[in-house]
Amino acid sequence: MTLTRWQRPDGYGLAPWRRSLSPQDGLSQLLQSFAGVLDSPLDAGLETQFPDGGLPAVDMHDGKEALTVRAELPGMKKEDIDISLEGGVLTLSGERKGGCDSESGGASHCERWFGRFQRSISLPCRVDTKTIKAAYTDGVLSITMAKAEEAKAKKIKVQFN
Amino acid sequence: MNTVVNNLEQAAPAQPAAIECECEYVRPVVNIYETPDTYVLEAELPGVNKAGVSVQLEGNVLTVEGRRSPPALPDTELFYRESSAADFRRVFQVDPAIEAAKIGARMEQGILTLTLPKSDAAKPRKIAVA
Repeated sequence: MTLTRWQRPDGYGLAPWRRSLSPQDGLSQLLQSFAGVLDSPLDAGLETQFPDGGLPAVDMHDGKEALTVRAELPGMKKEDIDISLEGGVLTLSGERKGGCDSESGGASHCERWFGRFQRSISLPCRVDTKTIKAAYTDGVLSITMAKAEEAKAKKIKVQFN
Repeated sequence: MNTVVNNLEQAAPAQPAAIECECEYVRPVVNIYETPDTYVLEAELPGVNKAGVSVQLEGNVLTVEGRRSPPALPDTELFYRESSAADFRRVFQVDPAIEAAKIGARMEQGILTLTLPKSDAAKPRKIAVA
C-alpha cells in the first residue's frame, strides 16, 4: 500500500477521510471520477445518485461563523425534503412529486424533472451538528450550519524573539 | 389544427418594440398542459417571490419574467455557485383563441402556474346530427 500525502480539505472538495491508495484503487477512482456525471468539486469522490431527471443546483456561502448551503428546489413540499449530515457530508434528498402525465390532458411540453433525487456534498470545514437550521422559501432550500470552534479563522499572535 | 403553445425561440426570438435593457436572462424550465378548457403553463422560478413575477400578454405573445430576490447573507463569501445570478425571462407564442381577460396566475414555492382559458370557439364542441 503506497502512502499519499493527506491534504487538508480547504475549500474544494477532497473528502477528509481519503485513504491512501494502492495502484489498483488509484486507477478505479480515477475512472470513477471521469465517469461521474456531475463534474462538481463538491461531489468529488462521493456517491451522487443521478435520477431520471436532474439535480438541484447548489450554492455555498462561507461566513465567519457559519456555512450556508442553498439549493434550488422549486415546487416541493417541506415534508418531501430530507436533509442529513454525517461525517462532514451533507446529503439532500427527496422526491419531487408530480409528473408530466398528472394533469388530465397530459403534458404537451415537458421540461421539468420529477422523481427521487439525492445529492451529497462534502463540506469544506467542520460544522457544529447541533445547530443546523433549514428554511424553504420561494423554492430555495437554505441550510445554515455554524462552524465548529476549531474551524473558525483565528488570529495567531506571533512571538518574535 | 391550431398549434398549442409554441416557443418563439424556435423561429426568431420576438423583439418587443423597444428593448429596455441589454440584460442577460435565463430561460425558466416550463411544463405545458392542455385540458379541454384551458392551457396550463408551469414555470420554475426558484428564488422569485410574487412581487418579482411579471406576466404580459401582447397580442398572442406571452412574456414571463421573474426577478430573483435572494435574502442577503451579510459577512459571507459566495465561494461556490451553480445557480445563475441572472433573472428569468421567456417568451411564448400562444394560441390566439384564449380569453385574455380570464388568465389566472399563481406563485407558490418558486413555481408560477398560469391558467389560460380557451375561448368558447376553441373548446371542443359536440355537434348534434339532426
